[in-house]
Amino acid sequence: MKKFFALALLITESAYAEIRFNRDIRPLLSENCFQCHGFDHNTREAGLRIDEREAAIADHNGIRAIVPGDPDNSEIITRIFSRDPDDQMPPPDAEKHLSKEDKQKIKQWIAEGAKYEKHWAYIPPERPTVPTPKDLKVTNPIDAFVSRRLRAEGLSFSPRADKITLARRISFDLTGLPPTPELVRTFQSASDTNAYHNLVDHLLTSVHYGERMAVYWLDLVRWADTMGFHSDDERFSTPYRDYVIDAFNSNMSFDRFTREQLAGDLIENRTEAQLIASGYNRMNQVTGEGGAQAKEYRAKYMSDKTRNTASVWLGATMMCAECHDHKFDPFTMKDYYSFAAFFADLEEPDLVSRGRGTAIFQPAIHVLKNPNDFEELQTAEATLAALKKSKAEAKEIQAAEKQVRELKSKGTYTVISKAMSKPRTMRILPRGNWMDNSGPEVHPAIPEFLGVIDKPGRADRMDLANWLIDDKNPLTARVFVNRLWYLYFGNGLSNVLDDLGYQGEWPTHPELLDWLAVEFMESGWNVKHMIKLIVTSTTYQQSSLAPADLIHRDPHNRLLARQSRMRLPAEFVRDTALAASGLLNTEVGGKSVKPYQPAGYWADSYKSVGNPHKYRQDHGEKLYRRGLYTFWKRTFLHPSLKAFDAPTREECVAQRPTSNTPLQALVLLNDPTYVEAARVLAQRILLEGGDTPQAKVKWSFEQVLSRPPDTIETQIISTLYKQHLAHFKANPAEAKAVLTNGETPPSAGDPATLAAWTSVTRTLLNLHEAITRM
Amino acid sequence: MESMDSTTLTKRRQFLGQAGRGLGGLALTSLLHPGVLPTRADHPTHPLLVTPRAKRVIFLCMAGGPSHLESFDYKPQLEALNGQPMPESFTKGQPIAQLQGKALKCMGPLTSFKRYGKSGQMISDFFPNIGSIADDICVVKSMVTEQINHDPAHTFMNTGSGVPGRPSMGSWISYGLGAETQNLPGFVVLTSVGGGQAQPIAARQWHSGFLPGKHQGIKLQSRGDAVLYAGSPHGVAHQQQGDVIKAINALNNHRNTLLDDPEIRTRIAQYELAFKMQTSVPELTDFSQEPQHIIDMYGCKPGDGSFASNCLLARRLAERGTRFIHLYHRGWDHHGGLKNGMTKAAKLVDQASAALVKDLKQRGMLEDTLIVWGGEFGRTPMAQGSGRDHHIKGFSMWVAGGGIKGGTTYGNTDELGYNATENIVHVHDLHATMLHLLGIDHKKLTFRFQGRQYRLTDVHGHVVKGILA
Repeated sequence: MKKFFALALLITESAYAEIRFNRDIRPLLSENCFQCHGFDHNTREAGLRIDEREAAIADHNGIRAIVPGDPDNSEIITRIFSRDPDDQMPPPDAEKHLSKEDKQKIKQWIAEGAKYEKHWAYIPPERPTVPTPKDLKVTNPIDAFVSRRLRAEGLSFSPRADKITLARRISFDLTGLPPTPELVRTFQSASDTNAYHNLVDHLLTSVHYGERMAVYWLDLVRWADTMGFHSDDERFSTPYRDYVIDAFNSNMSFDRFTREQLAGDLIENRTEAQLIASGYNRMNQVTGEGGAQAKEYRAKYMSDKTRNTASVWLGATMMCAECHDHKFDPFTMKDYYSFAAFFADLEEPDLVSRGRGTAIFQPAIHVLKNPNDFEELQTAEATLAALKKSKAEAKEIQAAEKQVRELKSKGTYTVISKAMSKPRTMRILPRGNWMDNSGPEVHPAIPEFLGVIDKPGRADRMDLANWLIDDKNPLTARVFVNRLWYLYFGNGLSNVLDDLGYQGEWPTHPELLDWLAVEFMESGWNVKHMIKLIVTSTTYQQSSLAPADLIHRDPHNRLLARQSRMRLPAEFVRDTALAASGLLNTEVGGKSVKPYQPAGYWADSYKSVGNPHKYRQDHGEKLYRRGLYTFWKRTFLHPSLKAFDAPTREECVAQRPTSNTPLQALVLLNDPTYVEAARVLAQRILLEGGDTPQAKVKWSFEQVLSRPPDTIETQIISTLYKQHLAHFKANPAEAKAVLTNGETPPSAGDPATLAAWTSVTRTLLNLHEAITRM
Repeated sequence: MESMDSTTLTKRRQFLGQAGRGLGGLALTSLLHPGVLPTRADHPTHPLLVTPRAKRVIFLCMAGGPSHLESFDYKPQLEALNGQPMPESFTKGQPIAQLQGKALKCMGPLTSFKRYGKSGQMISDFFPNIGSIADDICVVKSMVTEQINHDPAHTFMNTGSGVPGRPSMGSWISYGLGAETQNLPGFVVLTSVGGGQAQPIAARQWHSGFLPGKHQGIKLQSRGDAVLYAGSPHGVAHQQQGDVIKAINALNNHRNTLLDDPEIRTRIAQYELAFKMQTSVPELTDFSQEPQHIIDMYGCKPGDGSFASNCLLARRLAERGTRFIHLYHRGWDHHGGLKNGMTKAAKLVDQASAALVKDLKQRGMLEDTLIVWGGEFGRTPMAQGSGRDHHIKGFSMWVAGGGIKGGTTYGNTDELGYNATENIVHVHDLHATMLHLLGIDHKKLTFRFQGRQYRLTDVHGHVVKGILA
């Protein structure tokens, strides 16, 4: 293990001879010094700050922390090399530590003149020159940047992945679904050099592309079906989820997407969709708990909104400035509360009254998914109004009312943003204390070090949106393309996806990140364009197979001499099993659904009128919807999704953890969803799988893994099948019981045969390969 | 329950990196050697380590917030002022929950107290059985917290932060010490209900937050499979389930001859563990070998989902190596009808709480088990009709077992039981002390998230030396 890290360290050590502040020095100073000698003046020790050059080189009674070019006379060098606990920096009790190499680097940097640079992520990106390697034919700029770094490391690209792997990879990555066996066959047999590009285009136009992207976006904006705190009642907003799907499917430009979510309600002649989009500002958790203090929760909501917008668009940990100036980045408390003030115009209750109905989440609108329903409803409402006006018979009015009710029930309410004419007063809360009114009043403003919104009068949410997507904004484009990169390689180019600040990571490929950011903006914030650029690169299409020495040298694949392997996200684990079985219901959008769930799982939730703690499971086609439509209850997320690391959506999540636990095995082995999928796939084997047992095994491998089995695999499966066939023939009651897993009625045919094939398909659906994108 | 993450490597590097810099390494040790609680002898110079006094924690959470004024904090002065206005000097500018805008009147204790044991601790008549263990417990009368509503108060008590999404204490401890058992979860949650308004308990209370998912608490269900999905499908007997798992592992193993992927090796190990859990979970919840006198001691019908049954199950989990066992009894939110409500809730909880301490003691396990008993907050000295409102400025908890000085009272509130005034113990201090007893310096158990090192105690917390044996 130790050897392994020494090697990993070499990657960064050997490649650079000269010291660069942003790459080499800032992370050291930020981690070890800035907490006491940085931006927050309240905790600054000895009046010394070294996060700015001018202050760091200043004379303090004859002592200078840094003397450029003269490390021996620089106090910080004396201090960091000191062994005297009274002098030593960082102090021994500070839980910080500089290694010998770190100290040498700082010394060298001072000797070379102690040049500071502005933090890279706070400088607007400029398009770097694309390298032109001589020995390699490179058409995609991504490959030019990646291969330059590889050459510097003495490495080269891995070979292209085989076609089956590519077809599976691109299908999972673009749609969250496995390719159909037909699609794999077509792609495999295509000799056309454009076959891969065509496949990419095909998948990018699939409706499932929008679903795949929505899964990621909904994690960022913490979208869920419930309000989060205490009673965790349903909070109506599925139309917002569908808006996100539609926006990605129609390739809405990201700048428009940003404007509509933050300020859709402020757009002149706004459409219904734009109002729905503005529901973004309402996605924070809310409470209706008895005894909650309105003012306290108002403060919580404002923090929640501020935290989220800063995380989603700026990749900034601005929440640190809620109680004190940020310890690392130049966000002041004033910046924080001024940013929060953008949301002070939102009309919404401080405390929702628990109970029946949708009025509690006002402002909200009623949305019908189907335009025909909308027209019908309008007609019905007009009829009702006319009847009432003409004082028609009560019976007639009641009938008309019933019709309106029924038509309405086809739709749903969704929360929206609505600006109040007089925004709430926002004050800086000293130490973040909601009871303290002594702080100064603030008005909407962007963080001061990033500029000002030049506008007479009060800036509003539209101004905020416009600033976020201004081409001078250094963060938004970088944050987004960095996260796209993560979706396709498993790491960001800068791998702290929610912090591009001082405590974030110096990018592995800084020029590439900037090039992508500029390309994104100049393409008109064209998301599909960026994705296509990435997935058609040689870098993306590499095999994930790599020799052991490469894996040891670069265990996290930061150099990109291969592809990464990734466990599928929770929703796609489910979708993949349903797709392979043929059960998958591919309907897009609509109300969330309640698939099988263990009895009593919600028992510790709240018994309230509008949201019975009893889980009312759906039946029929609704059992087979994609994972992203599962009712997302924040306090009790569906246990199968949770087992595979789906987030509760209480906070912004840019990077899901990937665990590998026994609970996952129990889910795939025993959750009725997976057992039923296996059973239905077994039924299909008997109908479609061919005549011989070998043909059936091959067919089932192709359904689940997109490839035929080898002889050893066939043997393992055949042995299992024979054993279980014998067992179930001898134990017919068990065989019959197997066929009762899940609500799909069992097909005709010998129960023992079906049960034995079910053992086979359960095995396949449980394979590591089945839930991994290679 | 041992498990691995693809993030584990990163974490290991983090720890190794720290070890190289003279810090961490403890969690690494446990990850590599589950079941081995590191000792000072193993790591003589290990800075993360203080001498552990306890191996495990059983946290008996009285959800809803039991009144300290009717349990462990006797206030004769409050009785004297019964029905009088609460002096404004106490309440001015203080956060108030449901009594917002109401007239605030004192209400004396609704039950009587007496002295118990050699130590003579004052305990109310609602808790005679806890009285019988007075010499084993340390009552902390000076607890304070920061959140006045149930949901955030639980979140604060469990994670040290009112903002949802941080890891719970059980997860931190699992992360820090690893597991002592391979076949059962290392962090288990049990819930029961009864005696008052049952406030909800969200799954976030045992969530692992930004820590790896394997450290999340596993709530045992009172219905169906105790561990979710631990039961085989209909018609699949143990043998056949085993066959399927063998085939899965054989195929994964075969595939791995080509890929040589540590994730596949982990996956294979997890299927083996999952199969073991399918056996060990039913064994855990099979009470048939428990003698009648033990069942009588707890006063339960085993397996009925009651608090008493959960206490017995907690002992069984402790015996089998579960590191953090968290019981919630939802029944203490007595805004009204406090006397009746507390009578009922105490009847469900008192005997079994005491039985758990006694049972562990007679098995020699109390000395390395830390027991914590208490709610997310206390209740106001002011009346809310016939009950009391939420109160965060002073309330009581008790602790017992590994490393705790039994038969003592620590801290105090003012004469009316409003403010903790003497030896104040903040929730962060409780966390720091709990970690200390487990052999962890709370300042050194950290995890990097969003660009900084996070701790259970954030930037706060002091070990409460006064309650240590």
